Amino acid sequence: MNLYEIVFYFFAALTVGSAAVVVFSRNIVYAAFSLLFTFFGVAGLYVLLNADFLAVTQLMVYVGGILVLLLFGVMLTNTTLSVAIRSGSLHVLPASLLAAALAGLLGALYWTAEWSVSVRASDIAAETTSKEIGSAFITSHLLPFEVASVVLLVAIVGAAMMARRERTTEQ
Amino acid sequence: MTMVPITLTHFLLISAALFALGVYAVMTRRNAIMVLMGIELILNSANINFLAFSRFGGLNIEGQMMAIFVIILAAAEAAVALAIVLNIYKRFTTVNVDDISLLKD
Repeated sequence: MNLYEIVFYFFAALTVGSAAVVVFSRNIVYAAFSLLFTFFGVAGLYVLLNADFLAVTQLMVYVGGILVLLLFGVMLTNTTLSVAIRSGSLHVLPASLLAAALAGLLGALYWTAEWSVSVRASDIAAETTSKEIGSAFITSHLLPFEVASVVLLVAIVGAAMMARRERTTEQ
Repeated sequence: MTMVPITLTHFLLISAALFALGVYAVMTRRNAIMVLMGIELILNSANINFLAFSRFGGLNIEGQMMAIFVIILAAAEAAVALAIVLNIYKRFTTVNVDDISLLKD
């Protein structure tokens, strides 16, 4: 068992375990904080997949942005903090049946399919990907990049407009 | 105990587990923010698949570019969804998704 496998199983257990805590925890704040560990574990898996730029992006966008946003949402929509911040659940039986069926189907598919693997996991290339990604952004992926930036701008402006407390336009 | 070397299948199985957990959260949770967390889990599982195929399938950088766009859209989605949730809370003083059934009445 070499170092790569040890690190892989550590991050895999971290990701799936904390995702299970997110899903099954009754307390929303606990769920949000274990989502932090899920995102961190996924970033570790990205590093193992030779995607160093994606791993840093994952940490900055998900942990630094989306998770903080979710926590703000939790805090702003539960005014009475002394009352336990809980979240009920419904349709537990059909949902667990569907989730188990999905996991079984996907797992069986992934397990039995004959993937045409061109690179072996053992030969880890140590080059960074940020240079390639940067040049792809300004050459072959220029149009999606610009569209994505416009989408982000519109989403941020729209979200800020929608979330304002008082509308100045209202008479 | 003999361990098989880490292959594409290992990453895909983790992504399948994350996807199933996310679907379960989206279906069972009443709180809208918990539903959002389930959606983030699903997006992360899709991203793991993109990167795994990019690494093992010889796709080079293409899978990583797609994953970056998924992350961009996830950020936009989270911002807009949180704004909608705040508006729902202001109007109904609850974020339970099954209490907000005005269109059904």
